[in-house]
Amino acid sequence: MWNRRKEEEHHTPKPASAPPTSSELAKEGIPMSTLPGRTVTEPHLDSHRGQAALGKSVIVKGQIFSREDLTIDGEVEGTVELQEHRLTVGPNGKVVASVKAREVVVLGTIHGNVETTDKLDIRKDAKLVGDVKTARIVIEDGAYFKGNIDIVRAEAPRQVPKLEPKPQVVVTNAPASNTPAMAAGVGDHKR
Amino acid sequence: METRHSHGLEQFCSSLEERPGLSILDFAGASQQTISFLTNYGHRVYSDDFVHQLDQCFADGDFYQNQANPLMAGKFLEAALDFNEGIFDGALVWDSLQFLTPQLLQTVVHKLHRVLRSGACLLAFFHAEEKVDTIPTYSYRIHDPRTILLASRAKRKPAQFFNNRSLEKLFQDYASVKFFLTRDHLREVIVRR
Repeated sequence: MWNRRKEEEHHTPKPASAPPTSSELAKEGIPMSTLPGRTVTEPHLDSHRGQAALGKSVIVKGQIFSREDLTIDGEVEGTVELQEHRLTVGPNGKVVASVKAREVVVLGTIHGNVETTDKLDIRKDAKLVGDVKTARIVIEDGAYFKGNIDIVRAEAPRQVPKLEPKPQVVVTNAPASNTPAMAAGVGDHKR
Repeated sequence: METRHSHGLEQFCSSLEERPGLSILDFAGASQQTISFLTNYGHRVYSDDFVHQLDQCFADGDFYQNQANPLMAGKFLEAALDFNEGIFDGALVWDSLQFLTPQLLQTVVHKLHRVLRSGACLLAFFHAEEKVDTIPTYSYRIHDPRTILLASRAKRKPAQFFNNRSLEKLFQDYASVKFFLTRDHLREVIVRR
């Protein structure tokens, strides 16, 4: 016991090891939000202070679960889940994964299905290939999207207004003339 | 962006018959206007830019000669039309069919027939003016049940020109074909599966 006490008295705290970088954390599969006192050391992540971020040079293959907003500027393959938070795929971000989040903002690329409880925002020059299920969707001009869009809303959808039938003029195989006909029912052929 | 009244669109929208939850195929590429219009009525939308897919697959070299290459055509069909049978209640094909060679066009029209449910409508546009080398192309968006928004794209050379008879022959497997000829040399075609 004396030895132990002596050891304690003479114990000098080891120098704190440098906090693990986001790449090390991601590789170990440790949710970044569980580390108290984590400091951001990579200078290019300063803009994401206050939220988790994977930098441009980070590659993750696996599952990501986050209990805070997350920005991905690197590459992710697998699944990404942020149930009550926002995922931002930065302009350099490439995500090949199924994604679930409260909100998703895409400035880079996602190949995979996306499910949001609130909003999906696809910005200009972004690319999303996959099926999406969301309450709201915003697609800027210049964005590329390929896939199915399923809007899941709380309220009932609007009814398609019934269009009143207009009287139609039927022209039976008239010879072609130089002036095009007014828009009207021409050549209604039924089998 | 121009707006244009469209009788073809009017017919297409009336075919949706106040039923929410339909699945609509849109070849114009995803746009806020069309997606909002269709999803506000409770419908699902499958969006793809068909002409962009054509360029991705065939633009390296001679665009129309490449379409005769079975491997390239196969890859294109897999990329652009890989759907289960009978899953769509409507298809907005717009002007994209004009840029398919006759053989590939037949294949695409046949595939569309398979992926549409019985009674589903298909809206297609064909340029009616024959004595031109290139035709204007647009990105089409739905503004309301009667109005289309048109965003100009580059002019393109069409694969062939169509008249009413050739369009009837093209859609011979479908139940009905209806034409609307507009002032700006566009033939709007509503086809019922």
